[in-house]
Amino acid sequence: MPRTDPKKPPCPADACIAFEDLTAGYGSHAAIHHLSGKLERGTLTAVVGPNGSGKSTLVKCITGLLAPMSGTCRVATDASLAYLPQQSELDRSFPARVVDLVALGLWRERGLLGRHRAEDRRAVADALRAVGLEGFETRPIDSLSGGQLQRALFARVLVQDADLILLDEPFNAIDEKTIRDLIGLILHWHGEGRTVVVVVHDLDLVRAHFPQALLLARRPIAWGSTAEVVTPDNMRRARQFQEAWDEKAPWCEPSPAPVRGVA
Amino acid sequence: MVDGVVAPFMEFAFMQRALAGALLLSLSACPVGVFLMLRRMSLTGDAMSHAILPGAAAGFMLYGLEIVPMTIGGLIAGAIVALGAGAVARLTVQKEDASMAAFYLVSLAIGVVMVSLRGSSVDLMHVLFGTVLALNDDALWLIGLVASVTLATTVLLWRALVAECLDPLFLRSVSRLGGAVHFAFLGLVVLNLVAGFQALGTLLSVGLMILPGAAARFWVNDVLAMCVVSVGIGIVSSLGGLLLSYHASLPSGPAIILSAGVVYLVSLLAGPRGVLRPALPRRHHRTA
Repeated sequence: MPRTDPKKPPCPADACIAFEDLTAGYGSHAAIHHLSGKLERGTLTAVVGPNGSGKSTLVKCITGLLAPMSGTCRVATDASLAYLPQQSELDRSFPARVVDLVALGLWRERGLLGRHRAEDRRAVADALRAVGLEGFETRPIDSLSGGQLQRALFARVLVQDADLILLDEPFNAIDEKTIRDLIGLILHWHGEGRTVVVVVHDLDLVRAHFPQALLLARRPIAWGSTAEVVTPDNMRRARQFQEAWDEKAPWCEPSPAPVRGVA
Repeated sequence: MVDGVVAPFMEFAFMQRALAGALLLSLSACPVGVFLMLRRMSLTGDAMSHAILPGAAAGFMLYGLEIVPMTIGGLIAGAIVALGAGAVARLTVQKEDASMAAFYLVSLAIGVVMVSLRGSSVDLMHVLFGTVLALNDDALWLIGLVASVTLATTVLLWRALVAECLDPLFLRSVSRLGGAVHFAFLGLVVLNLVAGFQALGTLLSVGLMILPGAAARFWVNDVLAMCVVSVGIGIVSSLGGLLLSYHASLPSGPAIILSAGVVYLVSLLAGPRGVLRPALPRRHHRTA
Protein backbone atom coordinates (compact mmCIF):
# COMPACT_ATOMS: atom_id res chain seq x y z
CA MET A 1 0.00 0.00 0.00
CA PRO A 2 1.47 3.38 -0.96
CA ARG A 3 1.36 5.22 2.32
CA THR A 4 4.29 7.52 1.80
CA ASP A 5 5.42 9.66 -1.03
CA PRO A 6 9.16 10.35 -1.35
CA LYS A 7 8.38 13.93 -2.34
CA LYS A 8 6.58 14.63 0.91
CA PRO A 9 8.37 15.18 4.20
CA PRO A 10 8.24 12.11 6.45
CA CYS A 11 5.91 11.77 9.37
CA PRO A 12 7.21 13.40 12.59
CA ALA A 13 9.15 10.92 14.72
CA ASP A 14 6.78 10.72 17.68
CA ALA A 15 3.66 10.59 15.53
CA CYS A 16 2.07 7.54 13.96
CA ILE A 17 -0.19 9.60 11.72
CA ALA A 18 0.12 13.29 10.84
CA PHE A 19 -2.54 15.34 9.02
CA GLU A 20 -1.76 18.68 7.44
CA ASP A 21 -4.86 20.59 6.30
CA LEU A 22 -6.30 17.31 5.04
CA THR A 23 -9.33 17.57 2.76
CA ALA A 24 -10.86 14.48 1.21
CA GLY A 25 -14.12 13.52 -0.39
CA TYR A 26 -15.86 12.39 -3.51
CA GLY A 27 -16.03 14.48 -6.68
CA SER A 28 -15.67 18.14 -5.71
CA HIS A 29 -17.52 17.66 -2.42
CA ALA A 30 -15.47 17.38 0.73
CA ALA A 31 -16.54 14.68 3.18
CA ILE A 32 -13.93 15.96 5.60
CA HIS A 33 -11.97 19.19 5.33
CA HIS A 34 -9.14 21.11 6.97
CA LEU A 35 -7.97 18.51 9.44
CA SER A 36 -4.55 19.20 10.92
CA GLY A 37 -2.83 17.46 13.77
CA LYS A 38 -1.14 14.26 14.70
CA LEU A 39 -1.83 10.98 16.39
CA GLU A 40 0.98 9.90 18.64
CA ARG A 41 2.24 6.35 18.70
CA GLY A 42 0.55 4.03 21.15
CA THR A 43 -2.61 6.11 21.52
CA LEU A 44 -6.15 4.77 21.53
CA THR A 45 -8.50 7.20 19.78
CA ALA A 46 -12.23 7.09 19.16
CA VAL A 47 -13.47 8.93 16.07
CA VAL A 48 -17.00 10.15 16.73
CA GLY A 49 -19.54 12.29 14.91
CA PRO A 50 -22.93 12.09 13.22
CA ASN A 51 -23.59 10.03 10.09
CA GLY A 52 -21.92 11.54 7.07
CA SER A 53 -19.46 13.52 9.15
CA GLY A 54 -16.41 12.11 7.38
CA LYS A 55 -15.29 9.39 9.81
CA SER A 56 -15.00 6.57 7.29
CA THR A 57 -13.49 8.92 4.74
CA LEU A 58 -10.79 9.82 7.23
CA VAL A 59 -10.03 6.15 7.89
CA LYS A 60 -9.87 5.41 4.15
CA CYS A 61 -7.39 8.28 3.75
CA ILE A 62 -5.18 6.80 6.45
CA THR A 63 -5.18 3.39 4.75
CA GLY A 64 -4.24 5.01 1.45
CA LEU A 65 -7.35 3.59 -0.27
CA LEU A 66 -8.58 7.16 -0.86
CA ALA A 67 -6.26 9.94 -2.04
CA PRO A 68 -6.72 13.36 -0.37
CA MET A 69 -8.19 16.20 -2.45
CA SER A 70 -5.68 18.53 -0.83
CA GLY A 71 -3.42 18.57 2.18
CA THR A 72 -1.61 15.49 3.37
CA CYS A 73 -2.14 12.42 5.52
CA ARG A 74 1.15 10.82 6.44
CA VAL A 75 1.61 7.52 8.22
CA ALA A 76 4.96 6.62 9.79
CA THR A 77 6.93 4.61 7.24
CA ASP A 78 7.76 1.84 9.69
CA ALA A 79 4.16 1.35 10.84
CA SER A 80 2.37 -1.70 9.48
CA LEU A 81 -1.36 -1.29 9.15
CA ALA A 82 -4.44 -3.42 9.75
CA TYR A 83 -7.81 -2.15 8.55
CA LEU A 84 -11.28 -3.47 9.31
CA PRO A 85 -13.71 -1.61 7.04
CA GLN A 86 -17.27 -0.68 7.94
CA GLN A 87 -18.75 -2.01 4.74
CA SER A 88 -16.71 -5.09 4.19
CA GLU A 89 -16.65 -6.39 0.65
CA LEU A 90 -16.38 -9.84 2.16
CA ASP A 91 -18.32 -12.40 0.12
CA ARG A 92 -20.01 -14.52 2.77
CA SER A 93 -21.19 -17.10 0.27
CA PHE A 94 -17.60 -17.86 -0.72
CA PRO A 95 -16.69 -21.46 0.14
CA ALA A 96 -14.05 -20.68 2.75
CA ARG A 97 -13.54 -21.94 6.29
CA VAL A 98 -12.98 -19.67 9.27
CA VAL A 99 -9.26 -20.51 9.28
CA ASP A 100 -8.97 -19.51 5.60
CA LEU A 101 -10.48 -16.11 6.39
CA VAL A 102 -8.27 -15.54 9.44
CA ALA A 103 -5.15 -16.77 7.62
CA LEU A 104 -5.55 -13.91 5.12
CA GLY A 105 -4.04 -11.85 7.95
CA LEU A 106 -0.71 -13.56 7.24
CA TRP A 107 -0.46 -11.78 3.88
CA ARG A 108 2.09 -9.19 4.98
CA GLU A 109 4.38 -11.90 6.35
CA ARG A 110 3.93 -14.59 3.72
CA GLY A 111 2.63 -12.73 0.68
CA LEU A 112 1.51 -14.52 -2.46
CA LEU A 113 3.79 -17.53 -2.42
CA GLY A 114 5.26 -17.93 1.07
CA ARG A 115 4.31 -21.24 2.63
CA HIS A 116 2.24 -21.10 5.81
CA ARG A 117 4.44 -22.61 8.50
CA ALA A 118 3.67 -24.31 11.78
CA GLU A 119 4.14 -21.00 13.62
CA ASP A 120 1.62 -19.36 11.27
CA ARG A 121 -0.96 -22.04 11.95
CA ARG A 122 -0.27 -21.55 15.65
CA ALA A 123 -0.79 -17.78 15.30
CA VAL A 124 -4.15 -18.38 13.60
CA ALA A 125 -5.19 -20.86 16.29
CA ASP A 126 -4.11 -18.45 19.06
CA ALA A 127 -6.06 -15.62 17.44
CA LEU A 128 -9.21 -17.73 17.20
CA ARG A 129 -8.85 -18.67 20.86
CA ALA A 130 -8.36 -15.02 21.81
CA VAL A 131 -11.62 -13.98 20.14
CA GLY A 132 -13.53 -16.92 21.60
CA LEU A 133 -13.91 -18.89 18.37
CA GLU A 134 -12.07 -22.02 19.43
CA GLY A 135 -13.61 -24.99 17.68
CA PHE A 136 -14.83 -22.90 14.74
CA GLU A 137 -11.71 -23.52 12.64
CA THR A 138 -13.31 -25.59 9.92
CA ARG A 139 -16.75 -24.01 9.99
CA PRO A 140 -17.74 -22.53 6.61
CA ILE A 141 -18.01 -18.75 6.88
CA ASP A 142 -21.57 -18.74 5.51
CA SER A 143 -22.67 -20.55 8.69
CA LEU A 144 -21.42 -17.83 11.07
CA SER A 145 -23.68 -15.36 12.83
CA GLY A 146 -22.99 -11.64 12.49
CA GLY A 147 -21.21 -11.52 15.85
CA GLN A 148 -19.15 -14.62 15.13
CA LEU A 149 -18.06 -13.18 11.79
CA GLN A 150 -17.01 -9.97 13.49
CA ARG A 151 -15.00 -12.01 16.00
CA ALA A 152 -13.35 -13.84 13.11
CA LEU A 153 -12.46 -10.52 11.47
CA PHE A 154 -10.94 -9.36 14.77
CA ALA A 155 -8.93 -12.59 14.79
CA ARG A 156 -7.63 -11.66 11.35
CA VAL A 157 -6.57 -8.25 12.69
CA LEU A 158 -4.80 -10.09 15.55
CA VAL A 159 -2.93 -12.26 13.04
CA GLN A 160 -1.92 -9.16 11.06
CA ASP A 161 0.05 -8.09 14.15
CA ALA A 162 0.07 -4.48 12.95
CA ASP A 163 1.45 -1.34 14.61
CA LEU A 164 -1.50 0.76 13.50
CA ILE A 165 -5.01 -0.69 13.73
CA LEU A 166 -7.99 1.02 12.10
CA LEU A 167 -11.47 -0.25 12.95
CA ASP A 168 -14.44 1.37 11.22
CA GLU A 169 -17.63 0.92 13.27
CA PRO A 170 -16.74 -2.56 14.49
CA PHE A 171 -19.66 -2.72 16.93
CA ASN A 172 -22.58 -2.34 14.53
CA ALA A 173 -25.31 -4.91 15.15
CA ILE A 174 -23.19 -6.77 17.69
CA ASP A 175 -24.55 -8.01 21.04
CA GLU A 176 -23.29 -6.68 24.35
CA LYS A 177 -21.19 -9.66 25.34
CA THR A 178 -19.38 -9.62 22.02
CA ILE A 179 -18.81 -5.87 22.29
CA ARG A 180 -17.34 -6.42 25.78
CA ASP A 181 -14.97 -9.09 24.44
CA LEU A 182 -13.93 -7.00 21.45
CA ILE A 183 -13.36 -3.92 23.63
CA GLY A 184 -11.15 -6.15 25.77
CA LEU A 185 -9.06 -6.96 22.69
CA ILE A 186 -8.81 -3.29 21.74
CA LEU A 187 -7.62 -2.40 25.25
CA HIS A 188 -5.13 -5.26 25.05
CA TRP A 189 -3.74 -3.86 21.77
CA HIS A 190 -3.51 -0.45 23.41
CA GLY A 191 -1.63 -2.03 26.32
CA GLU A 192 0.85 -3.57 23.86
CA GLY A 193 1.69 -0.07 22.62
CA ARG A 194 -0.09 -0.31 19.28
CA THR A 195 -1.80 2.75 17.84
CA VAL A 196 -5.53 2.10 17.57
CA VAL A 197 -8.17 4.26 15.86
CA VAL A 198 -11.80 3.19 16.18
CA VAL A 199 -14.88 4.78 14.63
CA VAL A 200 -17.62 4.45 17.27
CA HIS A 201 -21.20 5.70 17.64
CA ASP A 202 -21.88 4.67 21.23
CA LEU A 203 -20.70 7.62 23.32
CA ASP A 204 -20.96 5.66 26.57
CA LEU A 205 -18.42 3.20 25.21
CA VAL A 206 -16.18 6.09 24.19
CA ARG A 207 -16.34 7.70 27.64
CA ALA A 208 -15.73 4.38 29.37
CA HIS A 209 -12.82 3.02 27.35
CA PHE A 210 -11.20 5.51 25.00
CA PRO A 211 -8.62 7.97 26.40
CA GLN A 212 -8.61 10.15 23.26
CA ALA A 213 -11.38 11.24 20.93
CA LEU A 214 -11.73 13.13 17.67
CA LEU A 215 -15.14 14.67 17.04
CA LEU A 216 -15.90 15.28 13.37
CA ALA A 217 -18.69 17.11 11.59
CA ARG A 218 -17.10 17.30 8.15
CA ARG A 219 -14.58 19.60 9.83
CA PRO A 220 -12.93 18.71 13.13
CA ILE A 221 -15.02 20.03 16.04
CA ALA A 222 -12.75 18.92 18.87
CA TRP A 223 -9.76 16.64 19.31
CA GLY A 224 -8.00 15.68 22.52
CA SER A 225 -8.77 13.84 25.72
CA THR A 226 -12.22 12.26 25.69
CA ALA A 227 -13.49 14.18 28.70
CA GLU A 228 -12.85 17.48 26.92
CA VAL A 229 -14.08 16.35 23.52
CA VAL A 230 -17.28 14.45 24.24
CA THR A 231 -19.15 17.26 25.99
CA PRO A 232 -22.81 18.18 25.51
CA ASP A 233 -21.78 21.50 24.05
CA ASN A 234 -19.45 19.96 21.46
CA MET A 235 -21.99 17.29 20.55
CA ARG A 236 -24.60 20.00 19.95
CA ARG A 237 -22.20 21.82 17.64
CA ALA A 238 -21.44 18.60 15.78
CA ARG A 239 -25.14 17.92 15.21
CA GLN A 240 -25.72 21.24 13.53
CA PHE A 241 -23.65 20.51 10.44
CA GLN A 242 -25.25 20.06 7.08
CA GLU A 243 -25.12 16.42 6.02
CA ALA A 244 -26.52 16.68 2.50
CA TRP A 245 -24.35 17.76 -0.35
CA ASP A 246 -25.38 21.09 -1.80
CA GLU A 247 -24.53 21.67 -5.45
CA LYS A 248 -24.69 25.40 -4.76
CA ALA A 249 -22.60 25.22 -1.58
CA PRO A 250 -20.03 27.99 -1.54
CA TRP A 251 -16.44 27.01 -2.28
CA CYS A 252 -14.60 26.56 0.96
CA GLU A 253 -12.32 29.43 2.03
CA PRO A 254 -9.56 28.80 4.54
CA SER A 255 -10.93 29.33 8.04
CA PRO A 256 -8.96 31.70 10.27
CA ALA A 257 -8.36 29.34 13.19
CA PRO A 258 -8.66 25.61 12.46
CA VAL A 259 -8.97 23.17 15.33
CA ARG A 260 -5.56 21.67 15.82
CA GLY A 261 -5.36 18.45 17.70
CA VAL A 262 -2.55 16.60 19.33
CA ALA A 263 -3.75 13.29 20.60
CA MET B 1 -21.13 -52.01 -24.08
CA VAL B 2 -17.35 -51.94 -23.99
CA ASP B 3 -17.33 -51.95 -27.76
CA GLY B 4 -19.58 -48.93 -27.81
CA VAL B 5 -17.37 -47.00 -25.39
CA VAL B 6 -13.83 -48.06 -26.24
CA ALA B 7 -13.99 -49.07 -29.88
CA PRO B 8 -14.60 -45.61 -31.38
CA PHE B 9 -11.47 -44.29 -29.68
CA MET B 10 -9.43 -47.38 -30.62
CA GLU B 11 -10.46 -47.34 -34.22
CA PHE B 12 -10.41 -43.73 -35.27
CA ALA B 13 -7.50 -41.33 -34.95
CA PHE B 14 -9.85 -38.32 -35.17
CA MET B 15 -11.72 -39.60 -32.11
CA GLN B 16 -8.45 -39.94 -30.20
CA ARG B 17 -7.49 -36.40 -31.10
CA ALA B 18 -10.93 -35.13 -30.19
CA LEU B 19 -10.68 -36.91 -26.84
CA ALA B 20 -7.19 -35.57 -26.13
CA GLY B 21 -8.30 -32.03 -26.97
CA ALA B 22 -11.43 -32.25 -24.85
CA LEU B 23 -9.57 -33.73 -21.86
CA LEU B 24 -6.91 -31.01 -21.99
CA LEU B 25 -9.62 -28.38 -22.25
CA SER B 26 -11.40 -29.84 -19.22
CA LEU B 27 -8.20 -29.75 -17.19
CA SER B 28 -7.62 -26.13 -18.11
CA ALA B 29 -10.99 -24.43 -18.49
CA CYS B 30 -12.94 -26.01 -15.62
CA PRO B 31 -10.88 -24.48 -12.76
CA VAL B 32 -11.10 -21.11 -14.53
CA GLY B 33 -14.87 -21.63 -14.63
CA VAL B 34 -14.93 -22.30 -10.88
CA PHE B 35 -13.32 -18.93 -10.20
CA LEU B 36 -15.62 -17.23 -12.73
CA MET B 37 -18.59 -18.60 -10.83
CA LEU B 38 -17.18 -17.68 -7.40
CA ARG B 39 -16.62 -14.13 -8.63
CA ARG B 40 -20.18 -14.05 -10.02
CA MET B 41 -18.72 -13.56 -13.46
CA SER B 42 -20.16 -16.60 -15.22
CA LEU B 43 -22.01 -14.34 -17.63
CA THR B 44 -18.79 -12.42 -18.19
CA GLY B 45 -17.35 -15.65 -19.53
CA ASP B 46 -20.31 -15.92 -21.87
CA ALA B 47 -19.87 -12.30 -22.97
CA MET B 48 -16.17 -12.86 -23.62
CA SER B 49 -16.96 -15.88 -25.78
CA HIS B 50 -19.01 -13.59 -28.01
CA ALA B 51 -16.37 -10.91 -27.88
CA ILE B 52 -13.64 -13.02 -29.49
CA LEU B 53 -15.77 -13.62 -32.59
CA PRO B 54 -14.61 -10.66 -34.74
CA GLY B 55 -10.96 -11.54 -34.12
CA ALA B 56 -11.53 -15.14 -35.08
CA ALA B 57 -13.56 -13.97 -38.07
CA ALA B 58 -10.82 -11.61 -39.22
CA GLY B 59 -8.29 -14.46 -39.10
CA PHE B 60 -10.76 -16.65 -40.95
CA MET B 61 -11.37 -14.04 -43.68
CA LEU B 62 -7.67 -13.54 -44.29
CA TYR B 63 -6.38 -17.09 -44.00
CA GLY B 64 -9.41 -19.40 -44.08
CA LEU B 65 -10.07 -22.04 -41.43
CA GLU B 66 -6.54 -21.97 -39.97
CA ILE B 67 -5.92 -22.29 -36.26
CA VAL B 68 -3.06 -19.84 -35.76
CA PRO B 69 -4.46 -16.67 -37.38
CA MET B 70 -7.91 -17.30 -35.92
CA THR B 71 -6.43 -17.80 -32.46
CA ILE B 72 -4.32 -14.67 -32.60
CA GLY B 73 -7.28 -12.68 -33.89
CA GLY B 74 -9.48 -14.05 -31.12
CA LEU B 75 -6.87 -13.22 -28.49
CA ILE B 76 -6.59 -9.64 -29.72
CA ALA B 77 -10.35 -9.10 -29.84
CA GLY B 78 -10.79 -10.69 -26.40
CA ALA B 79 -8.01 -8.58 -24.90
CA ILE B 80 -9.48 -5.36 -26.33
CA VAL B 81 -12.92 -6.10 -24.92
CA ALA B 82 -11.63 -7.31 -21.53
CA LEU B 83 -9.25 -4.39 -21.07
CA GLY B 84 -11.74 -1.84 -22.43
CA ALA B 85 -14.59 -3.04 -20.24
CA GLY B 86 -12.30 -3.36 -17.21
CA ALA B 87 -10.89 0.13 -17.74
CA VAL B 88 -14.36 1.68 -18.06
CA ALA B 89 -15.41 -0.08 -14.84
CA ARG B 90 -12.34 1.11 -12.94
CA LEU B 91 -12.28 4.68 -14.27
CA THR B 92 -15.99 5.59 -14.36
CA VAL B 93 -19.10 5.01 -12.29
CA GLN B 94 -20.26 2.28 -14.68
CA LYS B 95 -19.97 -1.26 -13.33
CA GLU B 96 -18.21 -3.97 -15.27
CA ASP B 97 -21.39 -5.87 -16.20
CA ALA B 98 -22.74 -2.91 -18.17
CA SER B 99 -19.45 -1.94 -19.83
CA MET B 100 -18.77 -5.58 -20.70
CA ALA B 101 -22.22 -5.94 -22.28
CA ALA B 102 -21.69 -2.79 -24.34
CA PHE B 103 -18.28 -3.88 -25.59
CA TYR B 104 -19.16 -7.47 -26.38
CA LEU B 105 -22.40 -6.62 -28.21
CA VAL B 106 -20.53 -4.29 -30.54
CA SER B 107 -17.81 -6.89 -30.94
CA LEU B 108 -20.30 -9.66 -31.73
CA ALA B 109 -22.06 -7.51 -34.34
CA ILE B 110 -18.77 -6.72 -36.04
CA GLY B 111 -17.89 -10.41 -36.04
CA VAL B 112 -21.16 -11.53 -37.62
CA VAL B 113 -20.93 -8.78 -40.25
CA MET B 114 -17.39 -9.87 -41.10
CA VAL B 115 -18.25 -13.54 -41.43
CA SER B 116 -21.35 -12.85 -43.53
CA LEU B 117 -19.51 -10.45 -45.84
CA ARG B 118 -17.47 -13.36 -46.99
CA GLY B 119 -18.05 -17.06 -46.84
CA SER B 120 -21.13 -19.21 -46.67
CA SER B 121 -23.30 -20.11 -43.72
CA VAL B 122 -21.34 -23.35 -43.41
CA ASP B 123 -18.26 -21.28 -42.60
CA LEU B 124 -20.23 -19.31 -40.06
CA MET B 125 -21.31 -22.57 -38.45
CA HIS B 126 -17.67 -23.68 -38.25
CA VAL B 127 -16.65 -20.52 -36.46
CA LEU B 128 -19.65 -20.47 -34.16
CA PHE B 129 -19.84 -24.15 -33.27
CA GLY B 130 -16.39 -25.59 -33.94
CA THR B 131 -15.28 -28.96 -35.22
CA VAL B 132 -13.85 -31.07 -32.43
CA LEU B 133 -13.68 -34.04 -34.79
CA ALA B 134 -11.20 -32.20 -37.02
CA LEU B 135 -8.58 -31.09 -34.52
CA ASN B 136 -5.17 -31.01 -36.18
CA ASP B 137 -1.72 -31.06 -34.57
CA ASP B 138 -1.53 -27.28 -34.38
CA ALA B 139 -4.83 -27.12 -32.53
CA LEU B 140 -3.81 -29.83 -30.06
CA TRP B 141 -0.49 -28.11 -29.39
CA LEU B 142 -2.27 -24.84 -28.82
CA ILE B 143 -4.72 -26.42 -26.38
CA GLY B 144 -1.83 -28.12 -24.55
CA LEU B 145 0.07 -24.86 -24.31
CA VAL B 146 -2.95 -22.97 -23.00
CA ALA B 147 -3.60 -25.73 -20.46
CA SER B 148 -0.02 -25.51 -19.17
CA VAL B 149 -0.10 -21.72 -18.92
CA THR B 150 -3.48 -21.82 -17.19
CA LEU B 151 -2.49 -24.41 -14.61
CA ALA B 152 0.83 -22.69 -13.85
CA THR B 153 -0.83 -19.27 -13.48
CA THR B 154 -3.62 -20.65 -11.33
CA VAL B 155 -1.18 -22.34 -8.95
CA LEU B 156 1.02 -19.24 -8.81
CA LEU B 157 -1.83 -16.80 -8.19
CA TRP B 158 -3.99 -19.17 -6.12
CA ARG B 159 -3.81 -17.25 -2.86
CA ALA B 160 -4.46 -13.90 -4.54
CA LEU B 161 -7.34 -15.32 -6.59
CA VAL B 162 -8.98 -16.66 -3.46
CA ALA B 163 -8.36 -13.41 -1.54
CA GLU B 164 -9.67 -11.29 -4.42
CA CYS B 165 -12.89 -13.33 -4.44
CA LEU B 166 -13.29 -13.65 -0.68
CA ASP B 167 -12.46 -10.12 0.44
CA PRO B 168 -11.23 -7.76 -2.30
CA LEU B 169 -11.11 -4.71 -0.02
CA PHE B 170 -8.85 -6.56 2.39
CA LEU B 171 -6.52 -7.56 -0.44
CA ARG B 172 -6.35 -3.92 -1.51
CA SER B 173 -5.43 -2.90 2.04
CA VAL B 174 -2.45 -5.27 2.18
CA SER B 175 -1.30 -5.59 -1.41
CA ARG B 176 -1.38 -3.92 -4.78
CA LEU B 177 -1.89 -7.23 -6.56
CA GLY B 178 -5.69 -6.95 -6.76
CA GLY B 179 -5.92 -5.15 -10.10
CA ALA B 180 -3.15 -7.20 -11.69
CA VAL B 181 -4.74 -10.43 -10.55
CA HIS B 182 -8.09 -9.36 -11.99
CA PHE B 183 -6.61 -8.73 -15.43
CA ALA B 184 -4.44 -11.85 -15.33
CA PHE B 185 -7.58 -13.81 -14.59
CA LEU B 186 -9.52 -12.21 -17.47
CA GLY B 187 -6.51 -13.11 -19.62
CA LEU B 188 -6.88 -16.75 -18.60
CA VAL B 189 -10.58 -16.62 -19.46
CA VAL B 190 -9.83 -15.30 -22.96
CA LEU B 191 -6.99 -17.81 -23.48
CA ASN B 192 -9.20 -20.74 -22.58
CA LEU B 193 -12.09 -19.54 -24.73
CA VAL B 194 -9.72 -19.17 -27.66
CA ALA B 195 -8.25 -22.61 -27.00
CA GLY B 196 -11.76 -24.03 -26.92
CA PHE B 197 -13.25 -22.46 -29.99
CA GLN B 198 -11.49 -24.62 -32.55
CA ALA B 199 -13.01 -27.63 -30.84
CA LEU B 200 -16.31 -26.30 -29.58
CA GLY B 201 -16.81 -23.02 -31.47
CA THR B 202 -16.81 -19.49 -30.13
CA LEU B 203 -20.32 -19.75 -28.74
CA LEU B 204 -20.00 -23.09 -26.98
CA SER B 205 -16.41 -23.07 -25.74
CA VAL B 206 -17.68 -21.19 -22.69
CA GLY B 207 -19.96 -24.14 -21.88
CA LEU B 208 -17.14 -26.47 -20.89
CA MET B 209 -15.83 -23.66 -18.69
CA ILE B 210 -19.04 -22.75 -16.86
CA LEU B 211 -21.19 -25.87 -16.57
CA PRO B 212 -18.74 -28.20 -14.73
CA GLY B 213 -17.83 -25.47 -12.22
CA ALA B 214 -21.47 -24.61 -11.63
CA ALA B 215 -22.28 -28.31 -11.16
CA ALA B 216 -19.36 -28.82 -8.75
CA ARG B 217 -20.80 -26.13 -6.45
CA PHE B 218 -23.65 -28.52 -5.59
CA TRP B 219 -21.28 -31.22 -4.37
CA VAL B 220 -18.50 -29.60 -2.34
CA ASN B 221 -17.84 -26.47 -0.30
CA ASP B 222 -14.12 -25.92 -0.76
CA VAL B 223 -12.39 -24.12 -3.61
CA LEU B 224 -9.73 -26.72 -4.31
CA ALA B 225 -12.24 -29.56 -4.10
CA MET B 226 -14.54 -27.67 -6.45
CA CYS B 227 -11.74 -27.34 -9.00
CA VAL B 228 -11.00 -31.07 -8.80
CA VAL B 229 -14.66 -32.08 -9.05
CA SER B 230 -15.23 -29.67 -11.95
CA VAL B 231 -12.32 -31.18 -13.89
CA GLY B 232 -13.80 -34.62 -13.25
CA ILE B 233 -17.19 -33.47 -14.52
CA GLY B 234 -15.50 -31.90 -17.55
CA ILE B 235 -13.77 -35.19 -18.38
CA VAL B 236 -16.96 -37.22 -17.99
CA SER B 237 -18.88 -34.74 -20.15
CA SER B 238 -16.21 -34.80 -22.84
CA LEU B 239 -16.24 -38.59 -22.99
CA GLY B 240 -20.01 -38.77 -22.92
CA GLY B 241 -20.41 -36.03 -25.49
CA LEU B 242 -17.96 -37.55 -27.95
CA LEU B 243 -19.62 -40.97 -27.70
CA LEU B 244 -23.05 -39.40 -28.09
CA SER B 245 -21.79 -37.53 -31.10
CA TYR B 246 -20.28 -40.69 -32.61
CA HIS B 247 -23.23 -42.99 -32.06
CA ALA B 248 -26.07 -40.57 -32.69
CA SER B 249 -24.32 -38.59 -35.43
CA LEU B 250 -24.74 -35.33 -33.56
CA PRO B 251 -22.41 -32.33 -33.89
CA SER B 252 -19.67 -32.93 -31.33
CA GLY B 253 -19.46 -29.50 -29.66
CA PRO B 254 -23.12 -29.29 -28.70
CA ALA B 255 -23.07 -32.96 -27.68
CA ILE B 256 -20.25 -32.29 -25.17
CA ILE B 257 -21.99 -29.24 -23.76
CA LEU B 258 -25.29 -31.12 -23.57
CA SER B 259 -23.58 -33.88 -21.58
CA ALA B 260 -22.21 -31.25 -19.21
CA GLY B 261 -25.74 -29.86 -19.00
CA VAL B 262 -27.08 -33.26 -17.98
CA VAL B 263 -24.42 -33.52 -15.26
CA TYR B 264 -25.40 -30.04 -14.11
CA LEU B 265 -29.06 -31.03 -13.88
CA VAL B 266 -28.26 -34.20 -11.97
CA SER B 267 -26.02 -32.22 -9.59
CA LEU B 268 -28.69 -29.59 -9.14
CA LEU B 269 -31.18 -32.27 -8.13
CA ALA B 270 -29.06 -34.82 -6.30
CA GLY B 271 -26.04 -32.91 -4.96
CA PRO B 272 -25.77 -32.45 -1.18
CA ARG B 273 -26.16 -28.71 -1.72
CA GLY B 274 -28.78 -29.09 -4.45
CA VAL B 275 -32.54 -28.57 -4.37
CA LEU B 276 -33.76 -32.00 -3.25
CA ARG B 277 -31.66 -32.59 -0.14
CA PRO B 278 -33.03 -29.62 1.87
CA ALA B 279 -36.56 -30.58 0.82
CA LEU B 280 -36.26 -34.02 2.41
CA PRO B 281 -37.95 -34.08 5.81
CA ARG B 282 -35.36 -34.18 8.60
CA ARG B 283 -36.40 -36.22 11.61
CA HIS B 284 -33.45 -35.36 13.79
CA HIS B 285 -31.33 -32.36 14.45
CA ARG B 286 -28.44 -31.80 16.82
CA THR B 287 -28.91 -29.55 19.81
CA ALA B 288 -25.65 -27.71 19.11
